[in-house]
Amino acid sequence: MTPKFKAQAGTFESSDIMVLIEPVTEETGRQIDISSTVMLQFENDIKTTINQVLDELDIQDVHLIAKDKGALTPTIKARVEAAVKRSLGIQEGTM
Amino acid sequence: MLYIPGNNPAMIQQSGVYGCDAVLLDLEDAVALNQKDAARILVRNMLQTVEFYDTEVCVRVNNMHTPFGLADLEEIVPLQPDNIRFPKTETVQDVKDFMKEVRRIEKKHGIKNPTMTIHVMIETAKGVANVYDIANADSRIDAITIGGQDLTADMGIVKTPDGVGIDYARKRIVMAGKAYGLDVLDTVFADVNDEEGLREETEYIKKIGFAGKALINPRQVDVVHEVFNPTENEVRKAYRVYSEFIRNKNAGIGVFAIDGKMVDAPVVQRAITVLEYANIDLKEIEKSVAS
Amino acid sequence: MKNALGVEIPEYIEGFGELKPFRGVWKSIIEDEAPATNISRTLKAKKPHTSKLCDNLEAAIKKCNPFDGMTVTFHHHLRGGDGVLMQTIKILDEMGIKDITLASSSLTSAHDGLVPYVEKGMITKIFSSGIRGRLGEIISMGKLKYPAIIHSHGGRVRDFLTGRIKPDLSVLAASAADEEGNATGSHGPSAFGSMGYADIDARYSKNVIIVTDNLVDYPCVPSTVRQHFIDYVVKVDSIGDASKIASGTTRITTSPMDLRIARIAANVIEHSGLFKDGMSFQVGAGGASLAVAKFLREDMKRKDIKGSFMIGGVTSYGVDMLNEGLFQAIFDVQSFDAAVSSSVLNNPNHIEITCDQYANPNNCGSMTNKLDVVVLGALEVDVDFNVNVITGSSGEIRGASGGHSDTASGANLTVVVCPSFRGRLPIVKDRVHTVVTPGESVDVIVTERGVCVNPSKPNLAAALIKAGVKVVDIKDLKEKVDAMTGIPAEKELGDKIVALVEYRDGTIIDVIYNVENLS
Repeated sequence: MTPKFKAQAGTFESSDIMVLIEPVTEETGRQIDISSTVMLQFENDIKTTINQVLDELDIQDVHLIAKDKGALTPTIKARVEAAVKRSLGIQEGTM
Repeated sequence: MLYIPGNNPAMIQQSGVYGCDAVLLDLEDAVALNQKDAARILVRNMLQTVEFYDTEVCVRVNNMHTPFGLADLEEIVPLQPDNIRFPKTETVQDVKDFMKEVRRIEKKHGIKNPTMTIHVMIETAKGVANVYDIANADSRIDAITIGGQDLTADMGIVKTPDGVGIDYARKRIVMAGKAYGLDVLDTVFADVNDEEGLREETEYIKKIGFAGKALINPRQVDVVHEVFNPTENEVRKAYRVYSEFIRNKNAGIGVFAIDGKMVDAPVVQRAITVLEYANIDLKEIEKSVAS
Repeated sequence: MKNALGVEIPEYIEGFGELKPFRGVWKSIIEDEAPATNISRTLKAKKPHTSKLCDNLEAAIKKCNPFDGMTVTFHHHLRGGDGVLMQTIKILDEMGIKDITLASSSLTSAHDGLVPYVEKGMITKIFSSGIRGRLGEIISMGKLKYPAIIHSHGGRVRDFLTGRIKPDLSVLAASAADEEGNATGSHGPSAFGSMGYADIDARYSKNVIIVTDNLVDYPCVPSTVRQHFIDYVVKVDSIGDASKIASGTTRITTSPMDLRIARIAANVIEHSGLFKDGMSFQVGAGGASLAVAKFLREDMKRKDIKGSFMIGGVTSYGVDMLNEGLFQAIFDVQSFDAAVSSSVLNNPNHIEITCDQYANPNNCGSMTNKLDVVVLGALEVDVDFNVNVITGSSGEIRGASGGHSDTASGANLTVVVCPSFRGRLPIVKDRVHTVVTPGESVDVIVTERGVCVNPSKPNLAAALIKAGVKVVDIKDLKEKVDAMTGIPAEKELGDKIVALVEYRDGTIIDVIYNVENLS
């Protein structure tokens, strides 16, 4: 599936992660930009987690921007899932 | 029972460490309308991964009359938290409709022996009026809670620190809960900095029969525990009553006296309640009497 | 050579000479020959009725004949508000003095201005109990010519007495002083309380300048530092930022997590066997550590316990406990807020002590050796109970050793309070980045997810379990926390030694390597 709308989920609070999704044209693949307060220690981990959720939701083409403040894995997964579902128009969300 | 906003990961991930008996992960009033989806997903993920230790976990879903209630159940029921709380219960039919969905989802996920119990929340005048029937509406209901903020709003009055406006509702709900063997839990105390006010209110609601109180900040845990936990003296007395009771029972004696005061079944029952609050294992006492 | 913790210690370091490896908390002090004192009072004859007053700091410094390679010392009682250290360094630099050894009892956020002086080689050695901010970062990046020496408060006194630090010039700020140099921090508009760290500098430095914004009529009474050690006195408009020198009263944290940890720590103390009349107690000034005092205060009242003394690091909270009669006396080497100054001044049971009396491992009466219970913080702890309070999660220098290892070594019960993780970074590690306080001197680590008792204290563990405290094996705790947070990738450290952590007995307990590319 391909995101149709700009969408976001999460907050800038500590232990949370703000995930923004921008639709891109098909076949452009995934572009994931991460910034984090624990970049040094967890950059790869965050990237793996995000990709895992995108795989599960079958999202191939997306620009995803994540601003992390030390969120744990279940939180990262939840925020990516919420943002993706919002961008697909599956769930009512905010922008 | 500590209320935790369902869209706040920092608070959810730490909620098991504050030493409260239960946490309530809230998808209802503590979550903004436009974040209901995000909170639902977050709570679902956290239930699966966060360590809550000995703390019971309850999830408050949205009312079935909102666009969120059913979606909440679909995500939460399969995970079987210790309890699920059904807010703004007003009629027996509300409970029936709610339980029908719960059972349908459990069946769909192949949950044959569901462990999750139901807490109903009474927060409207109509709910207070119907509380006796609601308390008896389904065998899986094991607790009943009063929601003071919504109730005063529904009654069109201001909630005052003395709680006089909801006093009748409190007592009626307690009586309904007692009638059907349910735990009855009290509403929140909103001023986190007023430790004395919290203590006074907790002492009052303990006296009229509540088994616990809702908290909005971990800092309130100690005060409520101090009020509800029996004193060392009470525990010592209860221990003595119960061990004498067992000793006499083993000897075939029903009613006996301690320090010249008669000990009968209600006295023993009160002693058991004290010992349970103090987390003392009755079996241990029985063993020590036997040996 | 390897020290007792398995850390590879160089035998010789350019600029400092031969190093001795850490052998154990008391081993070197008890078994080794006492180090020779290598310091003498400078004879400072002065004609009768001549003035020590100088027009300004520059004039006073000139009279001290500064030279390349000299050692300049300061106290850190002005904390984040200090204006005197930077002013002195600036003057020395303008005079063209270079190759300076800076020995301040600690360095705070007020000293980020030292960065250019370090970078250009004007300052080439640093002794301090703490290094923070940008200065810590550039030292971590290898910009200081010789490795910085991180000592404890007590270790600093020992370093003076053994001659590892040889003070040529000491510039000591005071909130009140007279023309002869009788000086104090206990009164005056910029009052900062105890002046305990400055005593050793005043006594043994070749040249001592008192700097004050409050020159009072002779004699300055009461005074801490006395006139017969003081060479010159300077009146300045300001000794620093008053709002940061002493601000109001220290408030107990409202963070639920810190309060929870503190509550558990107070339970640990209550059931340790030491919670009884005559107990002595020290607590840090921050977060969970100070909050322990709040709960201990309630517990002491509830159980009607009367303690003996508190030491510190004193906050207004400690003063309140003194005034309530919960303790008989406070021994104060350093005060943390404005309310404390008036207590130092007015309450005879609030006793200002020198750092020598506080924590010097090589005297026969340091207060830390009389301590029952101390509660300390941590940046990291490890499964061997070692504590790091100096380096951050990337291995960068950003903290302070302070009195951590001093109090831990002396107390009957050393309690370390810390969350099990901070912002996804686990605090319990297999090995801390840097050992400041060895696990041998740490009895209990209290986190929100359980209490870890040093295996060397099985009776304590049994007592706590019996009292219903949730005691967990530290390795199990680490595993659980790692499962929550994930295991952090560690930044590769360089191979250049940028700092040495000197244990209080003068041996080297750990070395700090350079970190590349700190942003």
